Amino acid sequence: MPSAQELKQRIEAAIPGASAEVEDLTGGGDHFRAVIVSESFSGRSRLDQHRMVYDVFGEEVGGPIHALSITTQTVREP
Amino acid sequence: MTDESTNPIRDAIQSAIDDHDVILFMKGTPDAPACGFSARTVAALQSLGAPFAAVDILPDPRIREQLSAISAWPTIPQLFVKGELVGGCDIVTEMYESGELAQTLGVEAPKDAPAEAPAAEPAGPAPIGVENRLS
Repeated sequence: MPSAQELKQRIEAAIPGASAEVEDLTGGGDHFRAVIVSESFSGRSRLDQHRMVYDVFGEEVGGPIHALSITTQTVREP
Repeated sequence: MTDESTNPIRDAIQSAIDDHDVILFMKGTPDAPACGFSARTVAALQSLGAPFAAVDILPDPRIREQLSAISAWPTIPQLFVKGELVGGCDIVTEMYESGELAQTLGVEAPKDAPAEAPAAEPAGPAPIGVENRLS
């Protein structure tokens, strides 16, 4: 079962310059919310930004990771 | 395995996307959503008073497989407007709050529409009743 910490590390390792905050919404290791800041999102549509994050996990999204709620930002917002 | 030339489910999904200006692929139905994310997306569309077609993906796992193959998007719900994927619950919610959703849908947000995306309203009895007795 993936942990919020594991998701954070995998996102940060896969997306250049990314800083991620990941929260396990239920404590059950299957519903997560992630806020990811990376300059590499700039110039991409919001759909593509989210796809970059989904791509880190491939088929795990919808499988062991039942739900992954995503917010992407190019610079940290207050 | 998949023969690109004859894929009736994929063709049916593509026709549904082409034939409806606004179409939501969701778990359950607008009246009885089977997932909180689908429910929230329905609530955002309904509070803008935007008419939309809805397809329940749950009855056959192939619907979801083929939909995701078409859209390159792994999760449900998925909102399409004029043949283009707009996004899932997160994006629809963000767009609702920024006013982009009304714009994309070509509707005027009603004056009484809440500024924040409305939480999903409980619609009918939940499929499984779970009572939290832990607290």
